[in-house]
Amino acid sequence: MTDLMAFDDALAAYDPAMGLEVHVELNTNTKMFCGCPATFGGEPNTQTCPTCLGLPGSMPVVNGKAVESAIRIGLALNCEIAQWCRFARKNYFYPDMPKNFQTSQYDEPIAFDGWTDVEVDGESFRIEIERAHMEEDTGKSLHVGGSTGRIHGADYSLVDYNRAGIPLIEIVTRPITGAREKVPAVARAYVAHLRELLLGLGVSDVRMEQGSLRCDVNLSLAPTGSDTLGTRTETKNVNSLRSVERAARYEVSRQAALLSAGSSILQETRHWHEDTGVTTAGREKSDADDYRYFPEPDLVPVAPSREWVEELRGTLPEPPREHRARLQAEWGFSDLEMRDTVGAGALPLVAETIAAGASPQSARKWWLSELARRANELGTDLEALPVTPADVARVQALVEEGAINDKLARQVFDGVLAGEGSPDEVVAARGLAIVSDDGALGEAVDRAIAANPDVAEKIRDGKVAAAGALIGSVMKDMRGQADAGRVRELILERLSS
Amino acid sequence: MSLPLIQRSAAQLADALAAGETTSVELTQAFLDRIAAVDGQIHAFLHVDAEGALAAARASDERRATGELASSLDGVPIAVKDVLATEGLPTTCGSRILEGWVPPYDATVVARLKAAGLPILGKTNMDEFAMGSSTEHSAYGPTHNPWDLERIPGGSGGGSAAAVAGFEAPLAIGTDTGGSIRQPGAVTGTVGVKPTYGGISRYGLVAMANSLDQAGPVTRTVLDAGLLHEIIAGHDPLDSTSIDQPVPPVVEAARAGAVGELAGLRIGVVSELSGEGYQPGVQQRFDQAVELLVGAGAEVVQVSCPSFVHALAAYYLVMPSEASSNLARFDAMRYGMRVLPEGVESPSAEDVMRATRDAGFGDEVKRRIILGTYALSSGYYDAYYGQAQKVRTLISRDFERAFTSADVLVSPTAPTTAFRLGEKLDDPLAMYLNDVATIPANLAGLPGISVPAGLAEEDGLPVGFQILAPALADDRLYRVGAALEALLEQQWGGPMIDPDKLDKAVAR
Amino acid sequence: MPEITREEVRHLAHLSRIELDDAELDHLAPQLSVILESVASISEVAADDIEPTSHPLPVTNVFRDDVVRPSLTAEQALSGAPSVEGQRFLVPRILGDEQ
Repeated sequence: MTDLMAFDDALAAYDPAMGLEVHVELNTNTKMFCGCPATFGGEPNTQTCPTCLGLPGSMPVVNGKAVESAIRIGLALNCEIAQWCRFARKNYFYPDMPKNFQTSQYDEPIAFDGWTDVEVDGESFRIEIERAHMEEDTGKSLHVGGSTGRIHGADYSLVDYNRAGIPLIEIVTRPITGAREKVPAVARAYVAHLRELLLGLGVSDVRMEQGSLRCDVNLSLAPTGSDTLGTRTETKNVNSLRSVERAARYEVSRQAALLSAGSSILQETRHWHEDTGVTTAGREKSDADDYRYFPEPDLVPVAPSREWVEELRGTLPEPPREHRARLQAEWGFSDLEMRDTVGAGALPLVAETIAAGASPQSARKWWLSELARRANELGTDLEALPVTPADVARVQALVEEGAINDKLARQVFDGVLAGEGSPDEVVAARGLAIVSDDGALGEAVDRAIAANPDVAEKIRDGKVAAAGALIGSVMKDMRGQADAGRVRELILERLSS
Repeated sequence: MSLPLIQRSAAQLADALAAGETTSVELTQAFLDRIAAVDGQIHAFLHVDAEGALAAARASDERRATGELASSLDGVPIAVKDVLATEGLPTTCGSRILEGWVPPYDATVVARLKAAGLPILGKTNMDEFAMGSSTEHSAYGPTHNPWDLERIPGGSGGGSAAAVAGFEAPLAIGTDTGGSIRQPGAVTGTVGVKPTYGGISRYGLVAMANSLDQAGPVTRTVLDAGLLHEIIAGHDPLDSTSIDQPVPPVVEAARAGAVGELAGLRIGVVSELSGEGYQPGVQQRFDQAVELLVGAGAEVVQVSCPSFVHALAAYYLVMPSEASSNLARFDAMRYGMRVLPEGVESPSAEDVMRATRDAGFGDEVKRRIILGTYALSSGYYDAYYGQAQKVRTLISRDFERAFTSADVLVSPTAPTTAFRLGEKLDDPLAMYLNDVATIPANLAGLPGISVPAGLAEEDGLPVGFQILAPALADDRLYRVGAALEALLEQQWGGPMIDPDKLDKAVAR
Repeated sequence: MPEITREEVRHLAHLSRIELDDAELDHLAPQLSVILESVASISEVAADDIEPTSHPLPVTNVFRDDVVRPSLTAEQALSGAPSVEGQRFLVPRILGDEQ
């Protein structure tokens, strides 16, 4: 069992420095270096060609749209755009990498020296961006046999190269220092901020649960007050906002325990385990630091003209801060409501829900209360819930039409989350619609009055407040599928004369 | 009296087809028969595709019947070096590790040959992954020089050169990374052209060194090389390094050069590419060829390219570096052979990669992979790979300077005539020295041609004359090459290759 | 004078995933030393201000339009595979980390 130091104690003794590396899969039509579709899913090995399979003789050709997206991302992060840069080969052997080298950028990234500001609890943190560069994704392995379905202990693996060659942009921050106890929250806020920004640019689906946005968390501790950086670990596989926060917190506690016990930190790759909430050491790779980079001889340099860069600058959406201010005004959210929405990483979801027809307050309400609670129970991010903004807007519409009430709405979400179909399908299949047939309701009201003569008497005497007890009885009788307002009207109609 | 079909040049065969004197099926069959008769001794081919070639020949004959020809060489068969991907035909690169691999796609060069109607006779032998100067590093056994079966046909494209020299094919495709088209051309008495880097698509050419590799024609005449060049050249969107400009007028230049008139042409003799290390008979034929060109009106200037002395060193750093990375993909996971290590229970993917690469690669490939891995390693990169790339810049500058005083540069193609099989097999360095005159053009991306210059007095074996031109000026090679060819044939009274003599060698 | 030791060759063989036995190491290491010696002179040739040539031609910005081209069929993609299961490439167990 790994020793951990309580987070607050760890921060009393040590100062964390954090670097974040985010890989973003671009939503181009085709892959980085070939014309195969870059879409998610698809039957195994149906989206490959000689180039992305690394067949002998094949050659890469750069996807111009991917370069354009990379430049726009760089500009949105206030980066310099290279006058001239090249692709390089990163050489290492791995079965899911068809050529046994990754075509990437090494010391000449397309974008560098940028910054972006994120907010945590109303406090602004400037995150410096070291670089954003272009590279290609690897294939995907299924590990067969063994006990866990994991790589360790597997008997063999099955590789699908559909993902191989999908364009990736790797965005690397400079070490983030001075965030202290807010380090985990800053990590989360930065990734949420990037998602929002990338979505605004329209360059990626940024679906963390599908792997189109992946985060590595580099973390080191130094004794408080020291101005040198400690030895860092690189935690891979951190694929939800929640996990980014938890992984950063975990590493602070783990490293602090080691350091305070007089041990040193190994510079190593660690793996985040979403289920158990811990990081474990990766296998030590003896050749990990000798990638034998050299310029990719099959590609020519990329030299974006300044005219092109300026033209692309003109296509940028408004920066997140302005974007949020505008939305807040448009939606009439209070500062606190807006901050909670952003903090929950729900801004894009709320915006889409509003775009799908829901009122701002109802959109906020569903995502930040009911659905946030469910995501929390499931240990996942809001965006990973199997419910779409369109679904939420539809549920709200059903409520407003009077077809269901809030209580039934929660049952509709149960059904949608359980994969039973669209809100309308769930309402139909589960028979959740409010009974608006006055005949059936009237009978239920009559039964309630007959069963509670004393309550009925009070109402007849003008104590209208007593109606609540009868309404409850009717709702129970109707298993909740009634409009309480209509029930009240029917009761008062019958007992007022 | 007309020559037997197999002895004719491709241009003559195209004329015979046009005149209705023969059909593509007939002449394709004639070459297949010749292969059946002599390839047992020459071993130029790794794979012969009689069925496919004849089907393509029939299709060509049908086109001819309708009068809609696909190209100037429609119906003339060709052999292709086994380093180019051919859909449906085995492509081994002369290596065990790719034994039995059948690509699901065509190299652009191959696609263009097919589109131009040239029946593909088969795939020719080569040093494993084009690493060598003798074809002895083929995993499938060496090719023999038709002039003397005990001697090497050059390399790496010894199969293509021997096939053309031995009348097994009128045309072939080679690839040239450090001289693999030109040096085999020289030692087999054939014509070999390395076009300007980027002039011919490399898509589907299994890379040894991407920044040096270039495919090109292997033929018996300069005009044939031009005709073939025109078919395979031109921009290809699948190769990012392919030149997006019109193909130089190579056929026109070959026809113009054949007149043998070179007034006003300045020929630069490169001081660094002659003298010590060059066999006397080679030097003598070279000098005589220069005199012939002067006789045709050319002016000779001596030029010095001092950085050329470092070309071999730069080459043997750049090439293995790129190769070590290119060959990483041969790992037993997706295609090619898979060898399980002996005595290992439940081997890992890594174990299988190691065992397969040990069993599947020959010594020369291993040497170059290890050398390249070393040159790219952290700590050595700047001293080796980085420096080698700077030397390329120096070599390019030497060429630029030389081309201010000369229109073409000339040298012997190879320092010696064909050596004996086995003679240099265990001395890699001696083998590497064979490419000393051809390598500079690859490092600078310039075009070069080797044209037969006669037989060396001491051994009666072919000598090659190399002509180099500035980038994109491939047509100059053809003009000067065709002129030299015409002048020499006037002296000899016909082509240098004597079929009777060759057949005696083959029959021995 | 640079020298490449037997141990270094072993390490390089490891990096390049080639299993070399002792006999092969004995055979290759001295040859590599000879080759390296002959190319080592290069480290003193070019001055710092010389630009390296990584591409023989001065071409830049060769891009492809973002338009889908037909892929291979799965059958074609898998046609050369040493082993296949469920339309995927079957590879021996992988040492190391989840990617």
